Amino acid sequence: MNQNDFMQLVSPFKDKIFRVAKRLLISTEEAEDATQEVMVKLWNKSEGLSVYNSVEALAMTMTKNYCLDQLKSKRASNLKIVHNNFTDRTPGLQQQVEDSDSLSWVEKVINQLPEQQRLIIQMRDIEQYEFAEIAKILEMNETAIRVALSRARKTIREFMTKTHRYGIN
Amino acid sequence: MELIKIEQLLEKYFDGETSISEENELRAYFSSSDVAQHLEHYKPLFGYFSNAKEQQFEQQVPLHAKKLKIAWISIAASVVVLLGAGTFAYFNYNQPKQNQDLGTYDNPEIAFRETQKALELLSSNVNVGVESVQYINEYEATRDKVFIVD
Repeated sequence: MNQNDFMQLVSPFKDKIFRVAKRLLISTEEAEDATQEVMVKLWNKSEGLSVYNSVEALAMTMTKNYCLDQLKSKRASNLKIVHNNFTDRTPGLQQQVEDSDSLSWVEKVINQLPEQQRLIIQMRDIEQYEFAEIAKILEMNETAIRVALSRARKTIREFMTKTHRYGIN
Repeated sequence: MELIKIEQLLEKYFDGETSISEENELRAYFSSSDVAQHLEHYKPLFGYFSNAKEQQFEQQVPLHAKKLKIAWISIAASVVVLLGAGTFAYFNYNQPKQNQDLGTYDNPEIAFRETQKALELLSSNVNVGVESVQYINEYEATRDKVFIVD
């Protein structure tokens, strides 16, 4: 397999890897590093890729494991990545600003979820994987995934309803 | 789309029971302009999901670059090593030839004298070292006087 073949194989899902990594690691730079790392790992085993029936699922599993390792590693515990550059929603702003702001509200809520729920939300609601695929990637059974997903969505709903009603955090 | 159907779908959605196509229906509904008042607050949620999918990985994947660099560095290093070894071997190969011809004597008497001269030169130089050792012997004698050694 040469470089071109590899890039063709990988390009449909390399953005997905990046987004999943960013969902877990929050920081864009960390996510970029993770994506590159996963790509290089895939490339190094490119001869053996034909054994797997879905390279994408393999890549996703690798991404998940890599990111969780990163989060567990000493480095991550020394340097905590916190995303706190959100502005308050002040009344009187134009509708569009308000819209993009509530989008960042959603992001904030999702990023506060436990890692596993974050992963599931990312894969289901953003990347729109089927439950069977998610089950394979996360090495969990489908029922557990549905339960976690439902819990995550309800947490988000609770938060959104609260913000909507009171206009406060 | 009927409001009731949307509400049912939402209910299913939060229970994690919806299929991808049903979720797409919800997305389409919430991205349209006429969302019912009491469902308004779900709009950013579905808006965010479609938005988040737009993010892209813009960096280059460093696949060949690294490997090529290593290959080039090793080629350069081996060339340098070869050149070094080559020049070293070249100079060492030529030098012995020049020094090998030290001259010789045909007459055995002259040869004997020359040899003696060479040996004398050698022994006188050896004695230079021995003379300085005499001082140490003197020192030892003095020490024996001070600390009476039997």
